[in-house]
Amino acid sequence: MTMTDTPDPLLKDIIGPTPSQMLRKRVFGHQGLLIGASVVGLLLLVAIFAPLLAPHDPYAQSLMTRMQPPVFLGGDWNHPLGTDHLGRDYLSRLIYGARVSLMIGVIAALISGVIGTAMGVAAGYFGGRVDMVVTFLINVRLAMPVVLVALAVVAILGGSLQVVIMVLGLLLWDRFAVVMRASTLQVRGREYVAAARAIGASTPRVILSEIMPNIANNLIVVVTLEMAHAILLEAALSFLGLGVQPPTPSWGLMVSEGKNMMLFEPWMVLIPGAVLFVLVLAINLMGDGLRDVTAPENRS
Amino acid sequence: MTTTAPVLELRGVTKTYRVKQGLFGTPRPLTAVNDVSLTVPRGEVLGLVGESGCGKSTLAKILLGLENPTSGQVLVDGQEIGAQDRMTLARRIQPIFQDPYSSLNPRKSIFDIVSLPLRVHGIGDAASWDKEVRKILDIVGLPARVMNTFPSQMSGGQRQRVAIARALIMKPEIVICDEPTSALDVSVQSQILNLLGDLRREFGLTYLFISHDLAVVEHLATRVAVMYLGRIVEEAEVGGLFDHARHPYTQALLKSVLTPEPGLGVPDTQLGMAYPNPIDPPSGCHFHPRCPRATDFCKKEAPRALPTPLGHVECHLHDPQSPMFIGKEG
Amino acid sequence: MDKPLLSVRNLTLDIPVGGGTLHAVRGIDFDLKRGETLCIVGESGSGKSLTSLALMGLLGKTIKRSADEMAFDGIDLTRANARTMRSLRGARMSMIFQEPMTSLNPAYTIGDQLTEALLLHKSVGKDAARARAIELLEKVGITAAASRLSQYPHQLSGGLRQRVMIAMALMCEPELIIADEPTTALDVTIQAQILRLLYDLGREMNMAMILITHDLGVVARVADKVAVMYAGELVETGSATEVFNTPSHPYTRGLLRCIPLPGKTERGSTLGTIPGIVPSLIGDVAGCAFRTRCPHAVPACRGEIPRHATEGHVFRCVHADGKRHAEEATA
Repeated sequence: MTMTDTPDPLLKDIIGPTPSQMLRKRVFGHQGLLIGASVVGLLLLVAIFAPLLAPHDPYAQSLMTRMQPPVFLGGDWNHPLGTDHLGRDYLSRLIYGARVSLMIGVIAALISGVIGTAMGVAAGYFGGRVDMVVTFLINVRLAMPVVLVALAVVAILGGSLQVVIMVLGLLLWDRFAVVMRASTLQVRGREYVAAARAIGASTPRVILSEIMPNIANNLIVVVTLEMAHAILLEAALSFLGLGVQPPTPSWGLMVSEGKNMMLFEPWMVLIPGAVLFVLVLAINLMGDGLRDVTAPENRS
Repeated sequence: MTTTAPVLELRGVTKTYRVKQGLFGTPRPLTAVNDVSLTVPRGEVLGLVGESGCGKSTLAKILLGLENPTSGQVLVDGQEIGAQDRMTLARRIQPIFQDPYSSLNPRKSIFDIVSLPLRVHGIGDAASWDKEVRKILDIVGLPARVMNTFPSQMSGGQRQRVAIARALIMKPEIVICDEPTSALDVSVQSQILNLLGDLRREFGLTYLFISHDLAVVEHLATRVAVMYLGRIVEEAEVGGLFDHARHPYTQALLKSVLTPEPGLGVPDTQLGMAYPNPIDPPSGCHFHPRCPRATDFCKKEAPRALPTPLGHVECHLHDPQSPMFIGKEG
Repeated sequence: MDKPLLSVRNLTLDIPVGGGTLHAVRGIDFDLKRGETLCIVGESGSGKSLTSLALMGLLGKTIKRSADEMAFDGIDLTRANARTMRSLRGARMSMIFQEPMTSLNPAYTIGDQLTEALLLHKSVGKDAARARAIELLEKVGITAAASRLSQYPHQLSGGLRQRVMIAMALMCEPELIIADEPTTALDVTIQAQILRLLYDLGREMNMAMILITHDLGVVARVADKVAVMYAGELVETGSATEVFNTPSHPYTRGLLRCIPLPGKTERGSTLGTIPGIVPSLIGDVAGCAFRTRCPHAVPACRGEIPRHATEGHVFRCVHADGKRHAEEATA
């Protein structure tokens, strides 16, 4: 091969960090993301290892030791966060409650994520009629008040963990569809998509291997935000008595059960409320952080 | 004229879009490519020039199978390529795009990008892909170690070499170069042009070279087609076109080329008003509102394609049957 | 008239980046008289656009600017406060950007945007400003100027928008116009028209103009003076004829060999190239920045680079003639 042209002799000097190295560097330089992710990670571990961590059975009632205060309000270390009106250990219920909250958050976000992403990507990629139908469905969905619809459905079908997850999963796909549609529209016009099509790549291949990797960062951000959304909605439904049913330990339910005593024993509301607040804040911090660090490598 | 059979032939290719204006407007037809017939002999470089919006990019998309023509035929090696033969088309015609920052997927390694054609077409296995990628990277002047790097780690010129490697790995016969150097710096541009020239000689490639830079087209092309509002208004062998441009539009285009020669000043192209909106093409000869030599006849009658010694031209000035005929020249 | 309108000495721009300082512009000098056109030509990353922003006082806050002298008609720009700069910008010096779509505000009509600067800087009434806007739109070759005033930018084509930008820059009869790649986004036919317009208006109004471009063809046709910029330095400056006819710095010659010359370069022949890439300007930069790509590089290129000046034609190279004669002998 005789080429009149020589490759860049300085090539070795310009090979910078790979995209994954750059991502790693940005992740470890982002405090909000690190804090958010550690809190979420910690709560995830707590939820997974709940049987090992909980000092008591969260369902075990003990009418002899009802309404015991937490240690910092003069209680004893047998029940560090006290007991509820049925004498159940509050810390254990809180630990098991993390399972319910996170499970609802993750599964509802997954279900709505699959629905919304499929709709959004299809609308963005194919455009035309598909786009018109999807945009119409998004508008219909946005016109429905989520809480009221969820309340109505749960009231008809009866509250249970499965029903709550399904209802939330089927209701929260709107933001996925909107964001994925916009991201797909943006990426679809790139020349590498045209190049892949000109190579003869099939439509599923173009979508999966050329488009999806480039919109995944936006997807992750929406997943986290919708997780937080779902967790809060579950708490709200449970608080209204239409979500997870007693005696399942759920943070929303704990707030609800504590509200009768709120004036006398405010900690019964404040503790689950605070944990809920911390989890949602941490997830949102993580989502914001992910949005910052996953900016496409070629943007700068 | 070369005696070799044309490797690429277009017969009356037309592409019409329906464009909706405003929220409640009824869709109106926009003819992006209007009855284009071209033949490109094997091993030649057809330069396609014209202003933005003239339809040259749409024509490229049709050849790449990204758009289907509304009517007309595309023939490769004398065989008609139908809408269903995207895979066949892909093996024979490959693109090099303008912007190497947009034409490479930023999430894929150079190996993934260059080997994609082989993987899509199921040619060979993992071991042979590795070998082929190394070979083609060497041909385009990149060391094999770039295989595991990502586009963001490369300069514009290196990225364009990757794009060329991807286009050539399946050994296509025809390469559509859509403004392949206009996004690059001057010093890098010449490297890529040299590479394209070398590759053509080495592999007997045929190029359709779309560019707005007429100096570059003159340097690389063997034939040139000038496009205006979807029509090829003049087509000729490169020397003939640059030395004896017949169409007033071609003459204006050539005049607007700014060569680095001091003291010549900026030419007056006399084109006057802006490029017309393709949804409302002017009557008669589409070029008449900007043509310094237009008459009322041009507003009414569309010119027909007239053969010239090495091509054709669409202009009343060269039509012996029109009242504007200026007589036979050279 | 002999005193330059704009004079710049040792302009330096440093950008703090992660892991050091990017020396984007390193000690450039130039003068510009009224009515003169200076073209700054260079490739991406050469610092040519930053230079123009520095003159206008439009640099980002993180960029450190220093200069021994930067004077516009006797006004020391290095010490000018924000108020002084505001009174100069738009009134006595104005800028034309590359992308007319992004530099026109889509929410306002052409008329509003045209008259804004005039109403701001000069004590004229609305009607007078409108009349001036129509006059200038006609001057830049826009037909039906009066009706264009009520149109919005998106209703105009790219070429028309760029003409509006030029008209806007001219509203207050500035003494200096800085145009950063004004025609790069346009078609060749429109490019020629816009350049011709700028050129004629400059002559007519005796304006000084700095034209920033990467296109040597544009430079050759409109420049009185040329400054070739490479990696933050002016490697060669001089009159257009001198720089193009006796290009002395190896980089200038390299650039000129990269472009095909219709009628001169043999069709299909191999074009000249400049191998290698622009060096990193982060950290200490010493010697000639072009040495990594220069065919005539010698060890002395790492040290102090002498400045060769003959009647306004200045270049910096360790070789007394920049090896021009040697190259011409072998060519």
